[in-house]
Amino acid sequence: MIPNRKNSSWIGASLERREDRRLLKGRGRFADDVSLPRMGYVALLPSPYANARIKKIDLKAAQALSGVYLVVTGAQFVKTVGPMPTRSNAPVVQYCIAVDRVRHVGEPVAAVVAVNRYIAEDAVELIEVEYEEYDPVVDPMASIKATGNGVLHPDVGSNVVHKSEHSWGPLSQNLKKAAHIVTENFRWNRVAPQPIETCAAVADFNPAGEYFTIWSNMSQQSIIGGNLAISLGVQETQVNYHLCDVGGSFGGKAGLFHVPMIAAGLARLAKRPVKYVEDRMEHMANGNQNGSDRIYTASLSLDSDGRFTAVIFDVIDDFGAYFMINTGSHGNSLAQATGPYDIPALGYNLKCVLTNKVQQAPYRGFGGEVANFVLERLVDAAAKKMNWDPIDLRRRNFITKDNFPYRIPNGNIYDSGDYEKVLEKALMAADLPYWESKKKSAIQKGKRIGWGISTVNERSVLSMTEFWFLDKSPRFPQTSSPESVQIRIASNGRAVVTIYAPHWGNSPETMAVQLVAETLGMHPDHIEVNYGSTENGMISKGPVGSRYTVMLAGAIAGACKKLKDRIFTFAAHMLEVEKNELVIRDEVVSSAFSSGSSLTFAEISRFAHNFRLEFPAGEEYASGLIAQYTYDHPLTTSPNPDTNDLGIFYPIVGHACHIAIVEVDEITLQTKFLKYVAVHDAGTIVNPKAVAGQIRGGIAQGIGTALYERVYYDDQGQLLTVTLADYAIPTSLEIPDIVIDHVETPSPYTEYGIKGCGEGGRLAAMPAIAAAIDNAFKDKGLFIRELPVTPSFLYDNLHIDD
Amino acid sequence: MKYDVKMKVNGDLVEEQVTSRMLLSDFIRDVLGLTGTHIGCEHGVCGSCTIKIDGVTNRACLIFAVQANGADISTIEGLSNEDGSMSILQELFSKHQALQCGFCTPGILLAAQEFIDGPGVTVDRETVREVISGNLCRCTGYETIVDAVVEAAALKIEGEL
Repeated sequence: MIPNRKNSSWIGASLERREDRRLLKGRGRFADDVSLPRMGYVALLPSPYANARIKKIDLKAAQALSGVYLVVTGAQFVKTVGPMPTRSNAPVVQYCIAVDRVRHVGEPVAAVVAVNRYIAEDAVELIEVEYEEYDPVVDPMASIKATGNGVLHPDVGSNVVHKSEHSWGPLSQNLKKAAHIVTENFRWNRVAPQPIETCAAVADFNPAGEYFTIWSNMSQQSIIGGNLAISLGVQETQVNYHLCDVGGSFGGKAGLFHVPMIAAGLARLAKRPVKYVEDRMEHMANGNQNGSDRIYTASLSLDSDGRFTAVIFDVIDDFGAYFMINTGSHGNSLAQATGPYDIPALGYNLKCVLTNKVQQAPYRGFGGEVANFVLERLVDAAAKKMNWDPIDLRRRNFITKDNFPYRIPNGNIYDSGDYEKVLEKALMAADLPYWESKKKSAIQKGKRIGWGISTVNERSVLSMTEFWFLDKSPRFPQTSSPESVQIRIASNGRAVVTIYAPHWGNSPETMAVQLVAETLGMHPDHIEVNYGSTENGMISKGPVGSRYTVMLAGAIAGACKKLKDRIFTFAAHMLEVEKNELVIRDEVVSSAFSSGSSLTFAEISRFAHNFRLEFPAGEEYASGLIAQYTYDHPLTTSPNPDTNDLGIFYPIVGHACHIAIVEVDEITLQTKFLKYVAVHDAGTIVNPKAVAGQIRGGIAQGIGTALYERVYYDDQGQLLTVTLADYAIPTSLEIPDIVIDHVETPSPYTEYGIKGCGEGGRLAAMPAIAAAIDNAFKDKGLFIRELPVTPSFLYDNLHIDD
Repeated sequence: MKYDVKMKVNGDLVEEQVTSRMLLSDFIRDVLGLTGTHIGCEHGVCGSCTIKIDGVTNRACLIFAVQANGADISTIEGLSNEDGSMSILQELFSKHQALQCGFCTPGILLAAQEFIDGPGVTVDRETVREVISGNLCRCTGYETIVDAVVEAAALKIEGEL
């Protein structure tokens, strides 16, 4: 159902966020804010080696320290806490505290619980470990051929944990017929979400009933509760998982990694509540949260008119020491692998390899941003090679607005879009002729001006098939990704909405308020929102893959329909009219036909809660006003087992055009932004300021990826970026003001036509910035194939191209 | 060995015993239970633990609690108005959606308030960017934070704050 804006009261309004007041007063509740009586504090001993066998661990001195409650090795811990849950199809086993072997620097080897973190860290210092060092495997190319102790997981037999080749559409024919083929190599380096809050958990174990209670920011709760229970060796109904405020996730806190498992397992062993909070160094070295780390050879073929006919990606991805997310990030790359362009053929050849580094996890884009970067760079390479205008070349290949829904070669579909309109708006805002005219005078001042453009798609509303559809025999071919809500009208007439997904910095409460206000005709001030824990929760996949607002809107629409029926049932009896005559306006129920009496929500609810005997017998008049609804993904289909059709898996597809105008100093080679334009189409917008916030935040992270950030390991597998001083996330001085505009092409498949928009900024920023820097050095023939474009990187590359 | 410390925190007198190595950030959070001061890095980089000591902002993670003996400290919990309502700066952060996850926000509010109350207050955006450049925010891209602080600065200069 697509709203008529004239009738919309609350969708499209920039309400102040419901989450903000407590956070502005310092009264949020983050995991580290939870404190329980008798609580112990955890510290972990990290491995100093990238690849080694643990020969011997001596805990005696640590155990003897006053104030220490418990010291355990991985081998002891694994007796009660099994391996971590994984989506890995290959038998890649990961323990949250290493058993027998360490596979990356920072991997925990032993754990201490003590009266406070200071004493716990003292005890860690006293643990003696003997290692047998193996040669570290750091280079992914070398890893492919590694043998002996260079194989990280001997059970797998090789460091190549996935290998597959795919083609969709008339690939070989189109390549044969092509007038031009551009082929380029790209290196996509490791970055990391690095939220300002590290991962944390507080766990309590009650031996009566063997019941765990956990507060954590690793928080897709209904998924996590079950997985955590398996590792803890209890039923999922023996774990209650509470949602906390989360200090940023960006995908990284989506999974169940080691933090809540360590806290829960140690709480049971230590017989007391336990808190484990990563320090920043632990988060960097053992957070299990690095982004994609890929080596590409990619080709784009064109006919003589400049129409794209095929694109092929050959990818090697260095996943680090473990493989928890399986090939999910490549499924994601495939969701919009042909971008906003009409490209009939697609090839994708993938090798996933393991090395002695911390493992990957989702990071805003989840591989989609990498594929967007590579495709946009190929388009720029083609424009450069053929001396075509990069904007005209894009425009010539756009899927036109009358061609939706559009099926891409691998089976996914794009629901709707108007790419031309987005481009026009962006070009108007950017005023490229003006910046071209400034180039000459800038050169005289030692500055080079350059502009770059990206036109990318913004897939949203994740489904689960992308995690396994590239596997020949998937281990857990999950297809559900539901979202639930409960709405009740309290006896005072106010609505109370219970949601089951965490607040990560997105705006789940604000969205719930606006969507319920719109759907139920209520004032936002009369709507409260709270969070369900797993023991009284409904099923929820939570906020990943830019899905939450769309899924929540579907759940709210379903629950409100049920709730309205309940309200009308009571009201019809009270007003002595037929149910189907009733309408709601501003929390007042009245008959559409007679101008007689009416009832407020408060009046109806007071009766529904308190005066059962005023109503007839029968189920339909049961006390209370409450409705629950679980909404499944609006449109997905199963993949074919032979992967020749991946099915519909990411069909709610927005679009973005970014134009970056940069100035590079000729002496320092430092890049700064003169202007940055971002036009997005995320369908119907619920809260424009919140959407703009998501776009800006994504661009800020995109600027970090493009210009500053990289996780550096040396050739011994030592991590060199271990503080926020080494790993340079941008400050307020690096991020410019962003010119934001929108086009709203509603999705035909979602409630209100909403599309997801949580990742768009980072899905679009990097190729525009790379193109802008190329453009600044057009005379030198610069073409950026790797990020971040630091001054020293630029210095080296300009000299090579000379 | 524990040491007696005595300080004023958000106007309340506090007397406790602490070890010499206890960080002021841990003292504020774990001993006093004021959890609005957040810990993001403990390296003095991120600025989340920013508090005010004797009127000047400091990183609570780089100071030992014993060093703050005798000090007058204020934290995010002391920033609201006397009656508990939000200050104008807090209201402007809400108006401009100058926060998303809210984890860095207490530190940024304290840095921004010091600037608003200080002699160099100006509506110049580049100056405001400089003022908050010691506080990392991973969510917002900073622009709306600058918007909020600039509007507060304008009110201050006009004498309305």
